[in-house]
Amino acid sequence: MANWYRFSSPQTFYPLAGKMVPWFAGAAAILTLVGLYIGFFVAPTDAQQGESYRIIFIHVPASWMSMFIYLVMAGWAAIGLGFNTRLSHMMASALAPTGALFAFLSLWTGALWGKPTWGTYWVWDARLTSELVLLFLYIGYMALHAAIDDTRRADKACAVLALVGVVNIPIIYFSVQWWNTLHQGASVSVTRAPSMAAVMFAGMLVMVFAFWAYSIAVALARVRAIILERERHAAWAHDLREAAA
Amino acid sequence: MSWASAAEFFAMGGYAPYVWGSYGVTAFCLIIEPLVVRARRRAARARLKALEGAGRRTANEAAA
Repeated sequence: MANWYRFSSPQTFYPLAGKMVPWFAGAAAILTLVGLYIGFFVAPTDAQQGESYRIIFIHVPASWMSMFIYLVMAGWAAIGLGFNTRLSHMMASALAPTGALFAFLSLWTGALWGKPTWGTYWVWDARLTSELVLLFLYIGYMALHAAIDDTRRADKACAVLALVGVVNIPIIYFSVQWWNTLHQGASVSVTRAPSMAAVMFAGMLVMVFAFWAYSIAVALARVRAIILERERHAAWAHDLREAAA
Repeated sequence: MSWASAAEFFAMGGYAPYVWGSYGVTAFCLIIEPLVVRARRRAARARLKALEGAGRRTANEAAA
């Protein structure tokens, strides 16, 4: 049996991550091209919303990624707290900026979709406000990490923040059921068929996978930078630099 | 395909500012982020190199 614990050491993970980045980046590029092709050239015009609905192909994937990345980040934070593994905390901090980016894009594309369909860029309803709170949680995580000089203390404080913030994820997800919101209900559910045309759904799903591959590639690339920054006093880091130069 | 011409495609049925505003900003962010990450790793590598140089100098001075 492979010794998986071995990969929890930054030294062995650094080259492994380096090998995985191009594959995920390539997958992201191909999936994006396919997804955009379906979204703009195969999917028909929406009967009610006209062409404005095409924002869905980035709005829904960005929103899902913003929530999913938070769960993964909190998962790494929990592992880091429980097992005291440095790499887990590094993974958590490598995910935060990408999660913040997708939370921002979710709000941005949502605003530009809301204007033509609802007549307003922004309302303080449950779905939009809880997504804004998610963006602030990511920003708070990064600010807290930057504010504490001792990296290991920063890791622990941020892990606690990430875990407390998890409570916001189900609030975002179920907000459209729990409260009377302007935001429409879930377009896709595990318990019933998606409430949209199959072609539109296919395009959206391809874009979800594209953003997924993108997030993995960027997070792995960022964790490599973090490893080099933090392990700069270790001799192996210098060997890595020479090998990679 | 649902577009009669390129102009019709870019007009997006009158929703051009909303659709292209969404896609444009998304594309910008997803292109910039990997470049920022690459710059960060290069800076980290350069700092390692500088540290090595400093380490070697102190070692040489100690030996001399």
